[in-house]
Amino acid sequence: MAEKQELSVREKKELVAKEEKTIPGRYYVPYADIYETDDELAVVLEMPGVEKKDLNVALENDVLRVDGQIDFAKYKDMEPVYTEYNVGHYARSFTLSNKVDQEKISANLEDGVLTLTLPKARHAQPRKIAIG
Amino acid sequence: MALLMDPFDALGSFQQALDAYRTSGWLDSSVSGGGAYPPVNVFRKGDDFIIIVELPGVRKSDLDVQVKGRTIRLAGAKTVGYPDKSALHRRERLAGRFDRAITMPVEINPEGVKAEYRHGVLALFLPRAESEKRKSIKVA
Repeated sequence: MAEKQELSVREKKELVAKEEKTIPGRYYVPYADIYETDDELAVVLEMPGVEKKDLNVALENDVLRVDGQIDFAKYKDMEPVYTEYNVGHYARSFTLSNKVDQEKISANLEDGVLTLTLPKARHAQPRKIAIG
Repeated sequence: MALLMDPFDALGSFQQALDAYRTSGWLDSSVSGGGAYPPVNVFRKGDDFIIIVELPGVRKSDLDVQVKGRTIRLAGAKTVGYPDKSALHRRERLAGRFDRAITMPVEINPEGVKAEYRHGVLALFLPRAESEKRKSIKVA
């Protein structure tokens, strides 16, 4: 397993999508951690500045799409004088395997961190086989 | 800034403005102490300054903000946790300690400093010190 990654400054990756958006504003790719336990898969995304009301998680055709918008009204009347990072919306999508029970997906947004819990379908959960 | 802002333009030009100030030498003799994390954006609102930092998933108890004179120190730890029995498929989030000092070009009034942490974003309101307030000059 990789060792603990140290904190470093990374440029935000701009989203390059096949389809362009019709609304203005740049989209960035939020950093994601994906881990798996016996019962579920979890996807954790870092989207600082996104509030619940501006977050959209949708599932269509086995593709889970996450879209988080930033409220730029907060920056009204503020003039930038020194910037080290850009501010924009976040979007990322994942194709789900049939291991995931799509009916039971849940999402939790706290402090800019979105945790998507994807419970595994019954047939995908580990099973102990009894030896006769 | 144009007088009439088309709301659809406002966003694009805001982002362009942020890019333009990327190479600003405004805080030239500053930023020391441990490293460049976390990246900060400094804004001016009237006479006062606002520093915005993106720190998703940091506990308030892990954040330490100190102000003295012209320097703001931002220290703390960003933690990322997983349940014990989990298999990690992808790891992109970073974790660790950070300690950064930012020197402003003007004295800050420490009494009026306010720090707010919401939705993973830390905003520091830094009012200019009284001694640094500018005097308006009347043009005859």
